[in-house]
Amino acid sequence: MISINKRFEAVVIGSSAGGIKALTTVLSALPHNFPLPIIIVQHLHPQSDSYLAQILGAKTRLTVKQADEKETIVRGVVYLAPPNYHLLIEEDRSFSLSIEGHVNFARPSVDVLFESAVYAYRDKLIGIILTGANHDGNYGVKKIKQMGGYIIVQDPATAEANAMPLAAIAATTVDVILPLVQIGPYLLQLVNRSTKDSHLFK
Amino acid sequence: MEDIETQNIELQLLLQAIYLKYGYDFRNYAKASIKRRIQHRMLKEGINSLSAMQHKVLYDIAFFERLLLDMSINVTEMFRDPSFYLALRKVVIPELKKFSFLKIWHAGCSSGEEVYSMAIILKEEGLYERTQIYATDMNEVVLKQARDGIFNISKLKQYTANYQKSGGLESFSDYYSAHYDHVVMNKALKENILFSDHNLATDGVFGEMNLIMCRNVLIYFNRDLQNRALGLFFESLGHEGYLCLGSKESIRFSEYSHAFEDVVREEKIYTKKSAHEEISAYD
Repeated sequence: MISINKRFEAVVIGSSAGGIKALTTVLSALPHNFPLPIIIVQHLHPQSDSYLAQILGAKTRLTVKQADEKETIVRGVVYLAPPNYHLLIEEDRSFSLSIEGHVNFARPSVDVLFESAVYAYRDKLIGIILTGANHDGNYGVKKIKQMGGYIIVQDPATAEANAMPLAAIAATTVDVILPLVQIGPYLLQLVNRSTKDSHLFK
Repeated sequence: MEDIETQNIELQLLLQAIYLKYGYDFRNYAKASIKRRIQHRMLKEGINSLSAMQHKVLYDIAFFERLLLDMSINVTEMFRDPSFYLALRKVVIPELKKFSFLKIWHAGCSSGEEVYSMAIILKEEGLYERTQIYATDMNEVVLKQARDGIFNISKLKQYTANYQKSGGLESFSDYYSAHYDHVVMNKALKENILFSDHNLATDGVFGEMNLIMCRNVLIYFNRDLQNRALGLFFESLGHEGYLCLGSKESIRFSEYSHAFEDVVREEKIYTKKSAHEEISAYD
């Protein structure tokens, strides 16, 4: 029942220092049938490889995997950028990888993911910025807002590192700022509400 | 709000213009990344549309050359992914020792760091003297850097660590001489390397190779161009030839997934199936 009216079609999340705990909190609040794909850039040590997918996979009811090059994006799956690669979304909604230089001192970079996601999902995109000690993502959230998407930022007071949420809030008019524990439930509500609304309009 | 449809038309026209004017074919590159790099060059140069950029590309060669450097990613390092080089040394090199003469093609060699890495392994394993390495790239600027074999000294600490993790047998500092802020790789390492211009999007097959290295190049191509490149590699490999891709690249989704088999799956080292095996793979 993919409806063209659906308000949202994908969620992108950017997180850095303290992000693994924050991601666990957000993702564990979501049911196994969450209707959108969730695509995440978490800054990691370049050689850390695939342990993050295991950690998050054990704490959530959703399938969690590292994004593969050219893989088609499927709803209800959580995709992680591989360490040491930028993750991009093509307009046909498949993944691309790149090893071009660091952006905001980061590879993967939140901005690179968010910017490409904007071209793929336009106004049907939800962007979330969680804890982090740098400014990565502030260009990306601006692009998402320019295109009519929705931005959720973790309340800096509840963030292990507040620089990334603060930078996002300073960059654009974000839709909502929430304490960490409320982000998952809010996201679920937002997505369910918009799905229901689209049924009413049909 | 940005008009994405119009931008995409402009992008297509720009890539077409570059192809017609300069012969570089980016039309089948994965779009998200190439679009991003072009748009960032546009902002950096203070140009306000891709159409305006097209005009500049057509009439200003120096500008095109700057853009070309943005469009071809030239991020590389020595012994990039040490576990790959360790697998190469432990699993592939012993097999290559069976041959009396070896031909290796390094496609998309960029500024050459990985070519010198391969040369070092071949030296240490006693294979260098009977090997011809063809190192190719589409970009003349980086190819010259590769030919010169001069690298920034700031990266040497990491390269040395990579070398050690990849099973290096000697002291890494024996392979270069340091001068202020740069190092010069030993001349002996490049005696059997032929650096030349080759574009995987437009050029053809390359000899009867025993091993082809093409790491972190295919990730920038769309499926059609990936299939073209893999076709070139298939045709260029001799009997029992090896194909080594980047650690996040795979032939699994390509037209050639049945034509190769895994040698070291997690390091993306493949071998070409013989004609007979290939037929049975389709049964």
